[in-house]
Amino acid sequence: MTSPVRKAAIGIFAAAFALAVTGSTIAPVSAADPGVSDTEIVLGGTHPYSGPASAYGNIGKGIAAYFSYVNDKGGVNGRKIKYIDKDDGYSPPQAVQLVHQMVEQDHVFAIFDTLGTAVNTALRPYLNQQGVPHMFVATGASTWGKDANKFPWTIGWQPDYQAEAILYSQDILQNHPKAKIAVLYQNDDYGEDYNAGLKRGLGKHYDMVVKSVSYETSDPSVGSQIATLKASGADTFMIFATPKFAIQAMVLAAQQSWHPTIYLNNVSNAIPYMQAAAKAGGPSAVNGVITTIYLKDPANHARYAGDAGMKLYNEIMTKYLPNADKDDGNYIYGVSIAYTMCDVLRQAGKDLTRKKVMDIASHLNEKDNPWAYPGVSIRTSPSFRYPITQMIAAKWLGTDWSPTGILVDTRSMSMAEK
Amino acid sequence: MHDLAQQIVSGLAQGSIFASLALALVLIYRAMGIINFAQGELAMFTTYIAWQLVQMGLPLWLAFALTVLIAFAGGVLLERIVIRPVERANQLTVVIVSLGLFIAFNGLAGWFWGYIVKAFPTPFPTTPLQVGGVAFSAQDVGVIVVSVITLGLISLFFQKTKLGLAMRAAALYPDQSRVLGIRVGWMLALGWGLASAVGAISGIMIAPVVFLDPNMMQSVIVYAFAAAVLGGIESPVGAVVGGLVLGVVINLLGTYVDWIGNELRLAAALAIIVVVLVVRPAGLFGRVTVQRV
Amino acid sequence: MPRPSAGMVTRVAIAVAIVALLPLVVPSFLVFDLIYVAAYAIAILGLIILTGMNGQISLGHGAFMALGGYVVAVLAHRAGVPFWIGVPLAAIGSGIAGLLIGLVALRLAGVYLALATFSLAVATPSFLKHYKSITGGFDGLPLDPVQAPSWIPLDGQHWLYYVAWTVAGVLFLASALLVRGQFGRALRALRDNPIAAVSFGVNPYFYKTLAFGWSAVLAGVAGGFLAIPTAYVSPDTFTSALSITLLIGAVLGGISTFWGALVGGIVVEFLPLVAQQINAAAPSVVYGVALILVMMFLPDGIVGGVLRVTLRFRRPPPQPALESSTQPAAPIAVSPQPRE
Repeated sequence: MTSPVRKAAIGIFAAAFALAVTGSTIAPVSAADPGVSDTEIVLGGTHPYSGPASAYGNIGKGIAAYFSYVNDKGGVNGRKIKYIDKDDGYSPPQAVQLVHQMVEQDHVFAIFDTLGTAVNTALRPYLNQQGVPHMFVATGASTWGKDANKFPWTIGWQPDYQAEAILYSQDILQNHPKAKIAVLYQNDDYGEDYNAGLKRGLGKHYDMVVKSVSYETSDPSVGSQIATLKASGADTFMIFATPKFAIQAMVLAAQQSWHPTIYLNNVSNAIPYMQAAAKAGGPSAVNGVITTIYLKDPANHARYAGDAGMKLYNEIMTKYLPNADKDDGNYIYGVSIAYTMCDVLRQAGKDLTRKKVMDIASHLNEKDNPWAYPGVSIRTSPSFRYPITQMIAAKWLGTDWSPTGILVDTRSMSMAEK
Repeated sequence: MHDLAQQIVSGLAQGSIFASLALALVLIYRAMGIINFAQGELAMFTTYIAWQLVQMGLPLWLAFALTVLIAFAGGVLLERIVIRPVERANQLTVVIVSLGLFIAFNGLAGWFWGYIVKAFPTPFPTTPLQVGGVAFSAQDVGVIVVSVITLGLISLFFQKTKLGLAMRAAALYPDQSRVLGIRVGWMLALGWGLASAVGAISGIMIAPVVFLDPNMMQSVIVYAFAAAVLGGIESPVGAVVGGLVLGVVINLLGTYVDWIGNELRLAAALAIIVVVLVVRPAGLFGRVTVQRV
Repeated sequence: MPRPSAGMVTRVAIAVAIVALLPLVVPSFLVFDLIYVAAYAIAILGLIILTGMNGQISLGHGAFMALGGYVVAVLAHRAGVPFWIGVPLAAIGSGIAGLLIGLVALRLAGVYLALATFSLAVATPSFLKHYKSITGGFDGLPLDPVQAPSWIPLDGQHWLYYVAWTVAGVLFLASALLVRGQFGRALRALRDNPIAAVSFGVNPYFYKTLAFGWSAVLAGVAGGFLAIPTAYVSPDTFTSALSITLLIGAVLGGISTFWGALVGGIVVEFLPLVAQQINAAAPSVVYGVALILVMMFLPDGIVGGVLRVTLRFRRPPPQPALESSTQPAAPIAVSPQPRE
């Protein structure tokens, strides 16, 4: 062996030895389940903090704020929550790598509130194979509840999109049985789920849909789609769109002098969005729009002025996220879902195991979430793993959402019953 | 027929959005011979500044004027601080730097103002207008008018003023210009300033329609590139005409050609870029030069 | 064909040893990440050849990765084709696509090529969604996790790591053999002075198209090695951001040498994580600023910077000194000139 090569070889083996000695993997602190010690519970999750979906990063921040609040009050059963939240840029490969790291290096107890259907579809097989709880994923795709038997470690949280569309269908069949329906939907799994729900909800009356048009998130504006929908002569308009496009749709409809009855998916119904639409399109763009609500809207200061839950929310935000825009519904989503997570951890008691936590998550009956809309409870059973199924229809009357009718439980409408 | 007319009008409305940003792209290209991938993000950022000024109580026209000035100054500064050190380098370095600016400004806007979609005030009345059964908004007309006026001012500046002439000379023949006493470095900075100012105008015109969020320009910039290429990447007139034509063509293709449908609208625009670049790189209004190999 | 220098052999031997021994000393999740480093390194190598050596700027190589990744996924998901057949098929498919696009690219140069290839990258998710009967549309396609063959005592992840890096090694070697001698000289000549090159009898169509095709082959294989560990493909996996990231990785690594591909792969994989540590609120700002700073102070990338520093302490190497990368070239009148 020549001298430089020998020197290199010695160097490498020395380095390898040094690394082996000093490079450490954090050993699990208890023989039971990883991520749990006498003083700490480690939870991990990913959110898009960069890239096109960055708005939803605020959910992660809301969660972190709530956990800080809980920790400052002594934690859950004496254990503080350590929350590891990383940026996945809404990219499945990046999320997969980050979650591998959380499971294998950080030894998290559970993965919580990962966001996006594509991301969670990519994560689900690995987490289920490893037996890591994949809890309360931040997407309304129906597959989390539907495929619960195949993937028992995965559970959703928010009302699934199909159920929401079914609720709108029922409303139309009851109140506007002769309607001609136009649909604008986002061309991805999210929009498709709504379409599927609409189909199921209308059943044999699906021919009421006279025109259904999609848009891409890369479209600057949906003007052309609105023109096409208006030309169909429809008098009812379903908007299955994310906020930016939903606002555009309402404004453009008004600008093109088209005034159908509008049903707006609840992802886009936060008050600031409605206000933006009203500003740009005039009051006629938004009056009478119908949506569903399952959480309290933090931008609705009037309605929740004396509400204890909102008071707590404001305190938490002021203390832990002082520079944040409290009106942003993503924060409320974050604190609500974090509440449910802590609720489950608390119920598991001192003896905290993954299996126990999934068991509790499948037998939930949470009635006291401070930020769920009054009356909405978070309930699951082993055969029905859709935690939130109750919503109330609401109509926009000038300045905010006015609940109409009663709280509807779409439980019977969800996939599991089939 | 009425439906077709509406689609054409919608197309013009969307096309005007493309046109106004394409103008800024063309200006940078004329000044420096580079394509600035960050133009859209800079425009978006300056629009947020305008929004902030309005929130602080300024009337819209004042916020508009101030923002244009701030954008101009910012563009000049950017060129001096960030671009100047890498000007001498090859095109690849400049492309990477502009990508870096893209990423940084996008992140900055999100960090300062958050990601919640905001409305942006419009100087035009919001009541819808109708002509012959075809509906459009004053905003749509306004964008076209403002773009054309901007175009006119820019053309006047380049053709009729000494400074404009100096800028053109500096871009085309830097060495000879230096001999004539033109400060080439500052001309480039001015070029950036001008492009940023036009970008700000573009952003302020676009935001009322597409609504303000940090990713607002990302869907526009690709179409703006297509418009600039179609019209001729050196031609401001081409940028405006290209934008309008592109808007209408994409709309009609998307609505009436089934296999393109809505999904492949963007792909169609991009196909246009490629076809134009390959068949007639000068676009509709550019000068044709031949360089074989 | 000139023999590689002793220094080169040493360096390669060290690299091989490090790659072989690393899984023994690093935690297993890092081994997983290193599979992705191999994938990115392979794709970036393609850019080093195409852009660094041949001067064709591509902002669209994510599209070839998408093609490769989806060929592997579609064949596996719909026809049960095993990965070791799927990946070579992906390479062939991407190669053909690369040749075709290379033919079109002959007419373009400089930023125009960048723009055209960028268009390709932006359009890729739309195409993937559109042909949903093949690609599964926006739902994506799940893949089976990798298992080592029964006679090898490794878990799937470690097995995939060694396979990926072995493939990378083979492709690096093949690329090195390809660009030794005449082929590499032709590529560089066409980059630096196309008119002179042509007048010396270098056929630009042949070499430029081939450069595109080979770089696409590399990207296609890389796409397969992106899909397999993720065990899932979707249009979201292959957005335009991927193409931009590849070029950034190539330039940051050092677009003049093959080592730049390795460094680039590491940068692409780990820089976003580092950016998050520095500023969790706005990792993009850190990333963008870092990019600009590196371009200002290390225009030849990290490898270039290291070489410049170490060059003071070493004899100049026998081969020609580092050439800086693409020269300015635009097909239309205005071309940037050096400033004062």
